[in-house]
Amino acid sequence: MKYRTVFDIIGPIMIGPSSSHTAGAARIGRAARALFGRKPKKVTITFYGSFAKTYRGHGTDIAIVGGVLDFDTFDKRIVDSLKIARDQGIEVVFRESEEVPDHPNTARILLEDENGSTEVVGISIGGGKMEITELNGFSLNLSGNAPTLLVLHHDRYGAIATVAGILARHQINIGYMQVSRKEKGSLALMTIETDQSVSEEVKAEIEAQEGITGVTVLS
Amino acid sequence: MKFRTIAELVEIAESEQMPISEVMIRAEMEATGESRESIFRMMEQNLDVMEQAIHRGLTEDIRSHSGLTGGDAKKIQAYKNKAKLLLSGPTVLDAVSRATAVSEVNAAMGTIVATPTAGSCGILPGCVFTAANRLNSDRETMVRALFVGGAIGYIIANNACISGAAGGCQAEVGSATAMAAAAVVEMAGGTPSMSAQAVAIALKNMLGLVCDPVAGLVEAPCVKRNAMGAAIAMVAADMAMAGVESVIPPDEVVEAMYKIGRDMPVALKETALGGLAATPTGRALERRIFGGTPK
Repeated sequence: MKYRTVFDIIGPIMIGPSSSHTAGAARIGRAARALFGRKPKKVTITFYGSFAKTYRGHGTDIAIVGGVLDFDTFDKRIVDSLKIARDQGIEVVFRESEEVPDHPNTARILLEDENGSTEVVGISIGGGKMEITELNGFSLNLSGNAPTLLVLHHDRYGAIATVAGILARHQINIGYMQVSRKEKGSLALMTIETDQSVSEEVKAEIEAQEGITGVTVLS
Repeated sequence: MKFRTIAELVEIAESEQMPISEVMIRAEMEATGESRESIFRMMEQNLDVMEQAIHRGLTEDIRSHSGLTGGDAKKIQAYKNKAKLLLSGPTVLDAVSRATAVSEVNAAMGTIVATPTAGSCGILPGCVFTAANRLNSDRETMVRALFVGGAIGYIIANNACISGAAGGCQAEVGSATAMAAAAVVEMAGGTPSMSAQAVAIALKNMLGLVCDPVAGLVEAPCVKRNAMGAAIAMVAADMAMAGVESVIPPDEVVEAMYKIGRDMPVALKETALGGLAATPTGRALERRIFGGTPK
């Protein structure tokens, strides 16, 4: 089921004019910000498909930037997000791609600062719902509906069992899990949606395990 | 309480002897683990935002940034109050003006509730607030109506689609129209089965509707399609209340909509490459708004 609750249909409360292009886009931007984990110095946003054709009129550009500034869909500051980003010293670059994407409303967001970069691909599936389909080259399927744990690890036996074991010990139930890797034996990414939220303590415990190179918690 | 189709929704409602709104509320409680009170409160908040948008659209001077839309909701209200004879009727024009009001506020980047989307946000509030006026409904009945609309939208979204980019305007304004028709039937005391027939009658009249936004904006023809969606929803609801039934069952109408949407060329699915967007005037407006750069 793509739409899980009645509030996916009646909602979100948002700034117009388009739930796909404005609310969904703001949510993609906000997820990208959460995955980067801090305020970026530079954001490069590439639009594909219908996004590339119509982003100016729908405010997709200001919505994604609003999301990167951590604004919610109904935050009126979205209207002025380009100026706010500029005032905060964030450089924003927009690109339009002619490439035909899998989904008509696709955006690629590269967030950077002196300490590193994160690249996220998001699709806006309608009615304000979005999915993150790529993170730093790993394909994934992240809806943002539930608390989510992203674990970057060496692609070796035991890594998944270790993480699952820690979650089990803290009585955290896994609702959905996906593992993706670029090639066998290199780095892999676990995406784990949980029923309960994951505390800083649990996060630290996972981070300390051998072979785990990074943990991000999205709630 | 799980339902996947409109037939299942009606079956649960009938066998449990409860309205569609109650089936949706219970399903929501099961799916999210939230309490009835918190779910109800969240929906009431949506109703409040809808009411504010209607109020803004009918009282303030709303203009979109492009200048393409705004002010029509007030115009329709003024005409309704002043004209000696109305060709349609005051209730229909109330629904039409309220739907227009919300849709105009959306185009002007105001605050609205996506129902199911922002492009179709006028229809459900337009119909629910008009029906409430007409029927003297209390707040709880109105909130419940949103759960009815939500149940229908939930089924359409999961079995077909609700965005113009995926299925054309029939998916977007069409699903909102179907949702509103079902919602006001429950408000008027109709049975779950009547709500389902209202869905079929309303959605049938939206089939094939393309998404062809002028200059790619959610303005023309979107605002007027919200207006007419509200009119169709109100009439479809009355027809269903009269006992009229759709020859094709509601779930099959939804499936037909989905298939038509898939068969629709990309030029007519929100890309602004065809339809009204590609008319000489549509193109001229696009150039005026975005300059001469080809998009």
